[in-house]
Amino acid sequence: MTVQDAVVQQETLSGADALSNAPLLSIQNLRVWFELRRFGFGHAGYVKAVDGVSFDLQQGEAVAVVGESGCGKSSLMKTILGLNRPTEGDVVFQGKYRISQMDAKTLRWYRRQVGYVQQDPYGALPPFMNVQRILEEPMIVAGISDKKERLERIHKVLTEVKMTPVEEFLPKFPHMISGGQQQRVVIARAMILEPKLLVADEPVSMLDASVRVEILKLLRGLQESHNLGVIYITHDLSTVRYFSERIFVMYAGQIVEKSPVDNLLQDAKHPYTHALLAATSDPDARNAETFKEVPPGEPPSLVKPPTGCRFHPRCPHIIRGECDVNVPPEFEVGPDHTAACWLYK
Amino acid sequence: MPEKTLLRVEDLKLYFRATRGVVQAVDGVYFTLNPNEAMVIIGESGCGKSSMAKALLRLLPRNVHTYSGKVFLNGTELISMSDEEYRQQIRWLKISMVPQAAMNALNPVLRVGDQVAEPMMVHHGVRKEEALVQAANMFQRVGVPVDFLTRYPFELSGGMRQRAAIAMALVTAPDLVILDEPTSALDVLTQANIMNLLKRIKKEIATSFILITHDIATSSELADRVGVMYAGQMVELSDAHRFFTAPLHPYSQKLMASVPKLRSTVEPEFITGQPPSLINPPTGCRFAARCPLRFEKCDQDPPMFQHPDGRQVKCWLYEKEARS
Amino acid sequence: MNALKNTFRDISQYPSAVLGLVIIVLLVIFAVYAVVTIPYNEAIRMWRGGEEIWGDYPRNAAPAWTNWFSAKKLPETIILTTDDERVKKEIQTVGSNQEVIMHYVFDYPYDDFPQEMIIFFTSKYDVKQPHITMKWVTPDGRELRMSQMSVRRSDQYRFELDERLKRRIKDMTVIQGLFATPDVMPPTIQKGQYELQISALLFEPNAEVDAKLVIYGKVHGLAGTDHLRRDLMVAMLWGAPIALSFGILAALGTSVLSMIIAAVGSWFGGAVDEVIQRITEVNLVLPVLPILIMIGTLYSRSIWVILGAVVALSIFSSSIKTFRAIFLQIKEAPYIEAARSYGAGNLRIIFSYLIPRLIPVLIPGFVIGIPSYVFLEASLAVLGLGDPVLPTWGKVINDAQAQGALFNGHYYWVLQPAVLLMITGLAFSMLGFALDRIFNPRLRGV
Repeated sequence: MTVQDAVVQQETLSGADALSNAPLLSIQNLRVWFELRRFGFGHAGYVKAVDGVSFDLQQGEAVAVVGESGCGKSSLMKTILGLNRPTEGDVVFQGKYRISQMDAKTLRWYRRQVGYVQQDPYGALPPFMNVQRILEEPMIVAGISDKKERLERIHKVLTEVKMTPVEEFLPKFPHMISGGQQQRVVIARAMILEPKLLVADEPVSMLDASVRVEILKLLRGLQESHNLGVIYITHDLSTVRYFSERIFVMYAGQIVEKSPVDNLLQDAKHPYTHALLAATSDPDARNAETFKEVPPGEPPSLVKPPTGCRFHPRCPHIIRGECDVNVPPEFEVGPDHTAACWLYK
Repeated sequence: MPEKTLLRVEDLKLYFRATRGVVQAVDGVYFTLNPNEAMVIIGESGCGKSSMAKALLRLLPRNVHTYSGKVFLNGTELISMSDEEYRQQIRWLKISMVPQAAMNALNPVLRVGDQVAEPMMVHHGVRKEEALVQAANMFQRVGVPVDFLTRYPFELSGGMRQRAAIAMALVTAPDLVILDEPTSALDVLTQANIMNLLKRIKKEIATSFILITHDIATSSELADRVGVMYAGQMVELSDAHRFFTAPLHPYSQKLMASVPKLRSTVEPEFITGQPPSLINPPTGCRFAARCPLRFEKCDQDPPMFQHPDGRQVKCWLYEKEARS
Repeated sequence: MNALKNTFRDISQYPSAVLGLVIIVLLVIFAVYAVVTIPYNEAIRMWRGGEEIWGDYPRNAAPAWTNWFSAKKLPETIILTTDDERVKKEIQTVGSNQEVIMHYVFDYPYDDFPQEMIIFFTSKYDVKQPHITMKWVTPDGRELRMSQMSVRRSDQYRFELDERLKRRIKDMTVIQGLFATPDVMPPTIQKGQYELQISALLFEPNAEVDAKLVIYGKVHGLAGTDHLRRDLMVAMLWGAPIALSFGILAALGTSVLSMIIAAVGSWFGGAVDEVIQRITEVNLVLPVLPILIMIGTLYSRSIWVILGAVVALSIFSSSIKTFRAIFLQIKEAPYIEAARSYGAGNLRIIFSYLIPRLIPVLIPGFVIGIPSYVFLEASLAVLGLGDPVLPTWGKVINDAQAQGALFNGHYYWVLQPAVLLMITGLAFSMLGFALDRIFNPRLRGV
């Protein structure tokens, strides 16, 4: 460990004491815009992937971010992971570290505080490395040079994800283990540097139905035992209730509803959330006899989003003159529950 | 005697030769399908459902080891046909397919209209102008704006491309359309739209569908009948209503229990262990190793028992009921 | 290790590849043998040639095994020195002088005349040279007297230049005359026992004289000889390690450097990538062979310089474009993103995460590329721009061409190096194509 690392560690500890009430993560008016280039030189506009997102996440809390493809949840996630820089606004970690102001060294430190669980378990693992090597890599990069210590950590983390006996799995390559086991290795890798925050991007959507709940329960268990903050990105509304406390619904780069999960079904307020809930099926034979109500049209382009409320072209409850002109702020519609919709003025 | 059923599959087998051995992907599957009926085949990865789609459409790779059984389509037996006969008479004329990730299976350098028109030109010998008219009709039916005929696949969204692929499968008015995971790569709203489309088409045209998927919740949107596959075999065949209320086979029960439900408070479960390898599958019941209800008889492979209410289950637990 | 075993098992499915591998192993053994039995400096020395090394070798002799294929058995070289048991040396005292009488007796069983015959004299004296008289005795008892001469300390007697014999033998060359059956035309060889008698008169008490009779055959050794009497086996042997090292080093250097540059370009993107692509495109247009010819003519023909130039010109080649296409795909893989997320630096990602994915693609390309570099080196040599001191296959072909080998019927001179080049090329190509078929399906999983 270098002097720099020691200083950073000291700062973290003292920071934690002084601001133990600060949220683990505070997203403040975050905008992440990507420049569109024409022929490599000309400027052709911005893809406004994330366009004004704010929320807080406490230590030990799990939040689900739900939205369809193109809503900006991936860009949001990558910015939280430190892989993208905010265009405007900020991501504040533990009340003190602002991503937009981090130098390269601090950014590297920060990335180790956030674990990343990816969607495709096979693609997330380098096919030419065995499990031991895969798990050692983050530690080698973080500067843990003692081989014995690395091995101990590997043992600990593999036991936690219930891949035992550990020795049996260490020499295996990704193609030798099942999808569920691969995902456990991905989770183990995300946990190995003892992060404070986990970001899970559709962690089970590529797994079989019978295995999904097992992995989700594993993540839940890890969150509880390590008091982790978890951001769980998914498009499957049926799982959010079991594995997170709050849900944020994203549409076209903005969060349109923030709600506790418990009464989601009855208490959803934003028309888009209603649409998502109505479109989510449970296994029920009567489904074959009814048609679902789906809002017409498609998610808007992020380069030229609609004026005012971005959902207005598809909304069945549109208030002409208001929704298509003014951007709705987040209105309080219940305890810890907001919706960005003019219906709730 | 005129056949009432559209499709009758008997003892369908498809084995592949792999470096490690012979993969018994489809190992003796039996089922029937009526006209204008939608059957859903549910299973997890590695159960052989995609291989069965390929077997029905005879899209076989080069390393086939065994391809046997009897498949009767309106009385005509298909397996014994030569490849050329099958190509000229059956494929895309009587049976067509919307393959997995069809939205990515469209040829990126051809216009969408041309691709949808192509089956008419190839299989019905229709001239191009006429075929494009039929393609336009089909676009209308599946909800794609007609001016998309001249566009390229990359200009369409995922949902539109899926609709185009469905149009391509329907344009020759086949008796049976096989859909392999038609909605798994799509967003929730788009999924709902596609399922609405399939429901509407089923009402409008008298086509039968076989929908192969691992997404149990979505499958209930279209199913008249349900078949559950495990380790290359069909373990339960049932009408949709009874299946989704109370499935019979322990695997089906555990599978239903593992689906998180939005509108229920029961916490979902999971199944420990993994499906057996399709190379050298175990003797006896293939689910026995993971089954909470196994007993000694499960060391033998159970036959498909006929339940008094018409369902079929491949499980020793229902032996007595079947015989009564 | 497991991967290696699996690869070998896969290779065994392709008979052509097994054959190729066997040939390569044999070539390597061949090359190692060459380097071990004839060390580098020795080889250079031998190839430089000269009387001392090659004096006893026939000129332009075909390989000895060609005799198996022809009814007419061509002669091999017969060398008789006074150590040989067929040679008798007596010393008689005649007054104050000494007379040394040497009898060279040998059997001549071949179907054709020797190419040349030379007697090499060595003598020791202070002032007065020894005086030599010689006599040739044929199997049927005829005796032919040869010119008398005085010999220096080191001297040669060529039978063809003997005036006396030339006057004696009409209608045919001297050699033919000495070996032919009398009164038979066209000249036909007379097999049997021949004798050369040399009588040397020494005028000083400490004088000595010795003679070596060399009857040059028309076949020699495993590979024959060239116009400078050099045993071509030296070049055939040494050509192997040179060809193999040049080919392998060039192919390896080019592949590895191309891969690294492609990786760096595709990872960093932007200006770096653009620059690399432009350099590549310009380089693709450059004609390699003419540039190498220029370098060889104007600067240096040393094989190391040429090797360096070849590698430098070949790095920015079409393989960079191929590798880049694959890297751009691999770059998007989730595990690369994961690596960034746990803080891996650019260098680590390039060398530990990107490049290992490409090695299965690299290996077949590298193996298939080896023959092109082998042929490139040989082509330069054939054009006369090869390394001036090294015995390489290409150099042999170059010599052969300059000496009009095919015109003169010395087919072996061209065929041997050409066949060796061809076998080398074939072997690597067969192995390389099989490797391509083995490795590429795996790459489908990118």
